Amino acid sequence: MLQGNCEILKREQLTETIFDVTVSAPEMAAKAKAGQFAQIRAEGFFLRRPISICEIDKAAGTLRFVFEVRGGGTEALSRLAVGEKMDLIAPLGNGFTLLPQGEVIVIGGGIGVPPMLGVALSYHGRAKAILGFRSRSAVILESDFIRTGQMPVVCTDDGSYGKAGVVTNALVEQIALRRPDLIAACGPEPMLRAVIEVARKEGIPCEVSLEQRMACGVGACLVCACRTVKNGEEHLRHVCKDGPVFPAEEVLL
Amino acid sequence: MNRLAVTVAGVTFRNPVITASGACGFGREYNHFYPLSRLGGISVKGMTLRPQEGNLPPRVAETPAGMLNSVGLQNPGVDAFLQDELPWLEKQDTRIIANVAGHTVEDCEEIARRIEGSAVDMIELNISCPNVKQGGAAFGTSCMAAAEVTAAVRRYTTKPLMVKLSPNVTSITEIARAVEAAGADAVSLINTLLGMRIDLRTRRPILRNNVGGLSGPAVFPIAVRMVWQVANAVKIPVVGMGGIATWQDAVEMMMAGASAVQVGAAAFSDPMAPVKIVDGLAEYCADQGIESISEIVGSVHPWE
Ligand SMILES: Cc1cc2nc3c(=O)[nH]c(=O)nc-3n(C[C@H](O)[C@H](O)[C@H](O)COP(=O)(O)OP(=O)(O)OC[C@H]3O[C@@H](n4cnc5c(N)ncnc54)[C@H](O)[C@@H]3O)c2cc1C
Ligand SMILES: Cc1cc2nc3c(=O)[nH]c(=O)nc-3n(C[C@H](O)[C@H](O)[C@H](O)COP(=O)(O)O)c2cc1C
Ligand code: FES
Repeated sequence: MLQGNCEILKREQLTETIFDVTVSAPEMAAKAKAGQFAQIRAEGFFLRRPISICEIDKAAGTLRFVFEVRGGGTEALSRLAVGEKMDLIAPLGNGFTLLPQGEVIVIGGGIGVPPMLGVALSYHGRAKAILGFRSRSAVILESDFIRTGQMPVVCTDDGSYGKAGVVTNALVEQIALRRPDLIAACGPEPMLRAVIEVARKEGIPCEVSLEQRMACGVGACLVCACRTVKNGEEHLRHVCKDGPVFPAEEVLL
Repeated sequence: MNRLAVTVAGVTFRNPVITASGACGFGREYNHFYPLSRLGGISVKGMTLRPQEGNLPPRVAETPAGMLNSVGLQNPGVDAFLQDELPWLEKQDTRIIANVAGHTVEDCEEIARRIEGSAVDMIELNISCPNVKQGGAAFGTSCMAAAEVTAAVRRYTTKPLMVKLSPNVTSITEIARAVEAAGADAVSLINTLLGMRIDLRTRRPILRNNVGGLSGPAVFPIAVRMVWQVANAVKIPVVGMGGIATWQDAVEMMMAGASAVQVGAAAFSDPMAPVKIVDGLAEYCADQGIESISEIVGSVHPWE
């Protein structure tokens, strides 16, 4: 974990509410792993905002973040312009398991899609992505996923783009076509529950990325508790340090 | 001579900046940002006799210039502290304050007894946690209960005993006098102020515990006032905290009467805040020609 004031190199608006920001952060990028996150200072707010690392370019020394404006903090972040500095603490958390061989299915739902781009890219063609959105206007990063070496399957709830329906329908189809060694997912809780259920029925290992309100982001203050089970015992563990990625069988959603 | 060194209840700190209990765990995380030896000391996470899981999440809600927390003393228990954390912490060359938060008087005694032979430099008896049902603030809101638990722990420890006071009381000075009379060597204050926030959309409190403790810059003026009142009410030293985020805040708190300060939530905004405060104090002393920072303690000139 490092702290730094990182220059914004690129800023784009992807939808009405979603922004895409790339910063120069060579040391952080050198250490970062897909699925980790940053604590970003939002001007005028006491607590930092946890945002997943969407893409790591170690050669260029950059980190990319894609975030949705939800409240005042993310709104403040969205106003930062190219050339301005972003105060980051990164990389934080554990990140997803990267299998040295074998194939994975990565699943992202809504604003849970960005971290899965980094995961899919680090598999160099061994990852198939399934991306779920509310409707056509919410679709993001589709062309970026083409760079992963496999075409993503895009689903929309209302059928206005790609496949109609939830990501788990596409997941069941995809498993039938080519059974993966791991399923990795990030998205809203109902989606994660459904993905975990499919993985359990199919007997495929699965990891999910969780969210919780945070303060320190580094494992010191213990506010970011989440309910988990290990060896039949329930424990409160911490999303910022023990997670955000947990094995599916350990989470209680 | 080190201008920043201060002595509280017989313990000398290299500088008056201590990280506050609950804000920095057992020190391992912030050691990634700076060596703990830069600090005067560290007050570790509040410890109970046995491991404790704390309250259900969400446990944090942001507020203007601060935050509410309802962690509820999640900790591995005193034995795990002594076995797994203290041996590492001892090597970091900083003063170690053990924050003791038993549910009962007997628990507090037993925790103090187990700590007795260890490298801990000072005990901070936490009678002020607003987030637990037993013990905690239940001790800290009545003079009799506060005095009883202080006297009990006093019998089981030869270490300097500091008692951490709750601001959620009618008269903090009366509680301070009660623990002084019961044998406390110092008092620290303030713990968090009880607060609440509600999500307009769901009409649910943001905290799963409904209420939680407020800290951060929002509480600073209240903390300064209480430190000033308590420093004028007791003879034992006062360690001041609550909302300190800059070296100027630390100077102000010391002028109000604090012999040393603790820094908690400020580290969440800026992990380097505690060491920036140390550096700021050093420059302040040099600029002002202050030989020892202790000169400014209680130096406020109140209006008649
Ligand atoms: C590990 C992790 C990774 C994340 N990655 C992304 C990402 O890549 N892109 C993205 O758009 N969003 C992401 N989020 C969610 C993002 O942190 C919140 O949307 C953001 O904190 C909201 O801040 P705000 O001030 O706009 O909203 P407000 O609702 O005004 O925030 C108030 C407080 O609640 C906290 N909070 C509110 N919603 C959330 C939430 N869902 N999770 C955690 N804290 C919350 C805020 O941090 C702040 O402290 C992630 C969350 C976590 C925990
Ligand atoms: C997340 C969190 C956890 C805390 N845990 C403890 C604790 O275990 N024991 C204790 O005595 N005080 C605890 N406190 C209170 C702080 O030590 C301090 O008294 C208070 O936060 C005011 O200082 P600050 O505004 O600098 O944070 C906690 C505070 C926070 C924010
Ligand atoms: S946010 Fe502080 S421990 Fe996770």
